[in-house]
Amino acid sequence: MSTPRVVTTDHLFEDRLYRAGVKSVGIGTFVLLVAIGAFLLLKSWPAFARHGVISFLTTTGFTTLGHHPSFGVAALLYWSVVIAVVAVVVGVPVAVGTALFISEFAPRRLRAVLVTLIDMLAVVPSVIFGLWGFYMLQPNLVGFARFLSVHLSFIPVFSVHSSVYSSSAFIAGVLVGIMIVPIVCSVAREIFSLAPLGEREGALALGATKATVIRSVVMPFARRGLAGSVMLGLGRALGETVAVAIIVSPSFIISPHILQQGGASIAAFIALRFGTGGQLGSAALLGAGLVLFVFTLVVNLGASVIVNRSVGGRRA
Amino acid sequence: MSSTVVPAATETPRLGEGGPTPRALRRRSVRHFTATDALVLAGSLGASASLVWVVFYQLTFLAGAAGYVVCTLAVFLAIYYVANRHLFGRMAAADRVVAALATMAAAGVVTALALVVAWLVAHGYHLVSVTFLTRDQKGVLNTQPASAGGISHAIVGSLEEVGLATLIGAPAGVVTAVFLSEVGGRITGLVRTVVTAMSGLPPIVAGLFIYVVLITELHYGFRGFAGSLALAIMILPNVTRTTEEVLSVVHESLREASMALGAPAWRTVWSVVIPTARTGIVTALLLGIARVVGEAAPLIVTIFGSPAMNANPFSGPQEALPLFVFDYRSSSVAADIERAFSAGLVLVALVAVLFLLARIFSAMKPGTVGRLLRPSRHRRQEALS
Repeated sequence: MSTPRVVTTDHLFEDRLYRAGVKSVGIGTFVLLVAIGAFLLLKSWPAFARHGVISFLTTTGFTTLGHHPSFGVAALLYWSVVIAVVAVVVGVPVAVGTALFISEFAPRRLRAVLVTLIDMLAVVPSVIFGLWGFYMLQPNLVGFARFLSVHLSFIPVFSVHSSVYSSSAFIAGVLVGIMIVPIVCSVAREIFSLAPLGEREGALALGATKATVIRSVVMPFARRGLAGSVMLGLGRALGETVAVAIIVSPSFIISPHILQQGGASIAAFIALRFGTGGQLGSAALLGAGLVLFVFTLVVNLGASVIVNRSVGGRRA
Repeated sequence: MSSTVVPAATETPRLGEGGPTPRALRRRSVRHFTATDALVLAGSLGASASLVWVVFYQLTFLAGAAGYVVCTLAVFLAIYYVANRHLFGRMAAADRVVAALATMAAAGVVTALALVVAWLVAHGYHLVSVTFLTRDQKGVLNTQPASAGGISHAIVGSLEEVGLATLIGAPAGVVTAVFLSEVGGRITGLVRTVVTAMSGLPPIVAGLFIYVVLITELHYGFRGFAGSLALAIMILPNVTRTTEEVLSVVHESLREASMALGAPAWRTVWSVVIPTARTGIVTALLLGIARVVGEAAPLIVTIFGSPAMNANPFSGPQEALPLFVFDYRSSSVAADIERAFSAGLVLVALVAVLFLLARIFSAMKPGTVGRLLRPSRHRRQEALS
């Protein structure tokens, strides 16, 4: 009698090779991300060492040439956040509204068209948004900014000290707000589509209007995921470079006046000042890049944790 | 015997017999829109448009189209709510306002896209010609009109840089997706998190990383290839995320069938999973490429730009379309700004072609790409079957 064939769950040699190869590429992405942070830190070290890390994070100016260099990212970081917050305030309601329209109101055929159009908006190059923002959006928004500053100046953010309304954080923020619509919209749409059908139909059967369904079924279900999508939008807005660089004109004053000229984000500032400022300037820019990298990394990771938890196991 | 078989059901007395016939069950429509609704809508729009015109434009000096539209829509919502509440009650009014808000948001997004494209076409089309596409900017002086010179060097540069970036980033991205979806292990969660984090990586940071490693550390110099590497970092996470989604849709039974036939795991992925998902992967690649073609930020710090044609991405500074647009639009010469507009239009056309291709592929049935690539073999299979 012949012995039965031994069945093992061991991988074949060629499979072990394949698995190791594929796994090493996977690990490679992790190594790459770590390397980005490590090299930026290494090369920007002269800038941090000059006056210390705390000084780099709290100084507002950016003078890297001459005998008394003084530089830091405080103002840049502040304006990055301001522009990103304006973008979120403008972009998120529009994106969520669009997602609601697609998932709740639009006829089936229009739905597909809208999804395609929003995907198209996502691939429009940011330099094109920058051009459009500078030559078309800005002239049309300046009047509105003046209007806000004249009639709502009792709200601190709407007050101004100068009467130059172009190249402001507000205009850059509105432009970036339009740019983050696709990403926020696609996440929001996915979350809305996962809202439990039974509860939806139950509410409708009880005579609820669509607004009531949205308020009492869709929104409570989607709240957490929406918070994640907002953070995702915030992360994108923080990293937006070229469009902001075309709009803003850098200044290093931290002020609440978002409607007047001035203020530049870290990313835009790097793009505008790259190659100027000498050895120390280059290190300082890399340091600013490192701060941006860490900041967006934290925001994006937080966002992905929240989104994944709320989409919940649907994506393994 | 036969008399016992009586259609009893029709004879049994029903509830409500003799009274008015019960109302036929009609499907409740949740989106009817009557003539009255249309009138209310039109009336509210007209009222808000004129009110804002008088109050804001004439009395408080609002200026600019954007402000007018924003104020009109805000006033419209208020009027629309009041009118609907008066006619149909509070609940219906809230419903209408929510629907109006959502519709306005969607219309706003579409309008923004249309405005961007229309504005670009209107400002860029008149320079686009054969000479503009085939000449470079070498030796073109400030004083010459915009029609002098062209952007061939930027087009060639962009194509080469993005092509090389795809050659590097796309396979890495697909393999990472294969790892996440087919191989897995303890570090799957970590790698997925890293990929997610990288997809949100600011483009300028990707460029700075390549600048630090290649240009300051290895003294490689500003070259097209440095830009390619930066773009590859941008392509990878995009491709991975989309490809992983596509691979996860491949039916489990296909993998099991392949395993049952004794195929090793790599064979299963290579000959079964990837061919099945091929259209989806091609779509993922095309979308990933379309995203990075227009990235200027990583190129600012890696390729430097050059007015002359440089077809060799491995030597000397190169130009790229998005970088050309970014650099020339900041010029003080009107002709340069016109060139930037037209180059931008060419760039958008390029992105649109890639996007369209991606759409076509995503609409294809699985396997179509393989048939297109290997027509003869497929015909042989058909003859056999």
